[in-house]
Amino acid sequence: MSGQDSHVWVNHLSVHFGVGKGLLGGGSVLKAVDEVSLEIPRGSFFGLVGESGSGKTTLGRAILKAAPISAGEVRYRDEDVDFDIGMMSKAELKEYRRRAQLIFQDPYAALSPRMTVRDIIAEPLEVMKLTKSRAETDERVREIAAKCRLNLEHLRRFPHAFSGGQRQRISIARALVCEPKFLVADESVAALDVSIQADILNLLKSLQKDMDITFLFISHDLSVVAHTCDYVAVMYLGAIVEMAPSRELFTVPKHPYTKALLSAIPSLDPDDRGTAQKLEGEIPSPLNKPSGCRFHTRCPIAVERCAAEIPAWRELSTGHKVACHFAE
Amino acid sequence: MMAAPLLSVRNLTVQFKTDEGLITTVDNVSFDIAAGEVLGLVGESGSGKSVTAKALMKLNAGNTVYGPESSITLNLDDGPIDILSLQKAKDLKIVRGGAISMIFQEPMASFAPAISIGDQMVEQLLLHSSMNKKEARELSIEMLDRVGISDASKRIDQYAFEFSGGMRQRAMIAMALSTKPKLLIADEPTTALDVTIQAQVIDLMKDLIGEFGMAILFITHDLGVIAQTADRVAVMYLGRVMETGSVREVIRTPAHPYTQGLLNALPKLDHLDEPLTPVPGDIPSPLERPGGCVFHTRCPKFIPGTCDTARPGEVSVSASHRAACVAVEPVLEAVS
Repeated sequence: MSGQDSHVWVNHLSVHFGVGKGLLGGGSVLKAVDEVSLEIPRGSFFGLVGESGSGKTTLGRAILKAAPISAGEVRYRDEDVDFDIGMMSKAELKEYRRRAQLIFQDPYAALSPRMTVRDIIAEPLEVMKLTKSRAETDERVREIAAKCRLNLEHLRRFPHAFSGGQRQRISIARALVCEPKFLVADESVAALDVSIQADILNLLKSLQKDMDITFLFISHDLSVVAHTCDYVAVMYLGAIVEMAPSRELFTVPKHPYTKALLSAIPSLDPDDRGTAQKLEGEIPSPLNKPSGCRFHTRCPIAVERCAAEIPAWRELSTGHKVACHFAE
Repeated sequence: MMAAPLLSVRNLTVQFKTDEGLITTVDNVSFDIAAGEVLGLVGESGSGKSVTAKALMKLNAGNTVYGPESSITLNLDDGPIDILSLQKAKDLKIVRGGAISMIFQEPMASFAPAISIGDQMVEQLLLHSSMNKKEARELSIEMLDRVGISDASKRIDQYAFEFSGGMRQRAMIAMALSTKPKLLIADEPTTALDVTIQAQVIDLMKDLIGEFGMAILFITHDLGVIAQTADRVAVMYLGRVMETGSVREVIRTPAHPYTQGLLNALPKLDHLDEPLTPVPGDIPSPLERPGGCVFHTRCPKFIPGTCDTARPGEVSVSASHRAACVAVEPVLEAVS
């Protein structure tokens, strides 16, 4: 079913990459995203968390049609359009590119050092021919720059003159200038210092309200996700293991992996040493996924059944879904 | 009279000669590390924490200018060493990799990609000890085993790319500790790791601190990591130490507005309803160092005419807690 109020709807999506294929075929298939289903409600801040190698970035890219969709379906729907991302025509794709944008992780690498800030922000408008005159472009750039708290004198400068926080505000302005409805923010605060991180998170929140945007917020930092997102999905080895409204996920986590992730965050209390439930080992290679429940090799409560039987994706309470045999 | 600390840094000033002029990255910093103590050095990017750490082994690049007042003294059993006066490679070898070892942030970049892990571990043991090749290899295998790398006698002949991120950082730790240093410098050792692996590496480091008894300078931007590992902490901003003290005092009752701001800006899982409060403004460019207190441009307690003119001295908050801020009330120790 596709809920009427969901903005992006992902149904059994898989993204596979061929690895080590030779002339004679062979090689193996890396299942970066493996039959993932989720719905991103309109106007929400949807968090996607997991360790490196969990497939969260690939999922985000597949939704933006920047990674190949091997199986399954992604639908995008707003007031004006309804797209099946896997089957778009060229014209539809062009339209989708305006409506769905990406903010990158590293504000140092994402901005061209040879362009002024004005040109960086204006480029999407010019490439997509969304404005009719230079004056109109300038007007739009000034408007969005002010929303992202950039000064007008900043627009004439080059990116090297800016600090990390300012650069990230420039990349946000660039992503927002064509007035997208859906934004994927991939580790957008991971490269920033703590004092700046809070500022960017607050800015994203206020822009979301102002401009009525739906966010897919990809992060490895659970405390950041807890503070910004309305819903959270936890990914492990290409699959979602738990999904719930943010408050619920962080107060009553059900999946042992979510619990372990939460307890691995170093506590600010110096006397709270070593009480955490630690995970053994490391995330297995996605080329060599464990049988049954893919988390069983590291799970503190795993039994024989977990190695044999894939746990069902169950709804425990409204909106709180989990894939674990023992979650109640 | 107290015994001399293992390491004593006094008035350390580090500047870099660049095309745009002399850039000050560390400005008159002093601190001590006692034998067996873990000192956390916290600060944002650009605060000068890595430059400070590199100065301890004189590893900063050729365009570095150390201030004339600067001194770094390492007190070893056979007498003190004035590190900044060392010139010859032979003398520097005593501190570089000998008495002091370093773990870096990016374990992939710290291992040579085309030399096996084992050869790299053996090489440094041959340089810094009187072991022969066979003994060095045996010790290396033992150390790899100790840091939790299974099948160490096989793994030792593998290359860095065959190790995962967490394993590389474990191997790095094994390598740094195999020469039995008196001081270990750990520069953001867990930053590039996933949180579950970070927790494992922190646990490992805590075990090894107890076992080997070396002092550690633990550099990180993550206050949670500091709370879990350090005995004392120094908070740096733009090349200055803002606050030092025992880890409990600094984290529970921060005295400096900058430390307070950092703690408030952290998203905390047990206070989800509280809004995030960023430290206002941006970090100034190193070319435009503010006069007076370097933090005054972003400080909520800024007093015009005072903070922007005079550099604040260190004020004792308690016997083991000092802050460099005029807004801090000095606490007079009760004399009994």
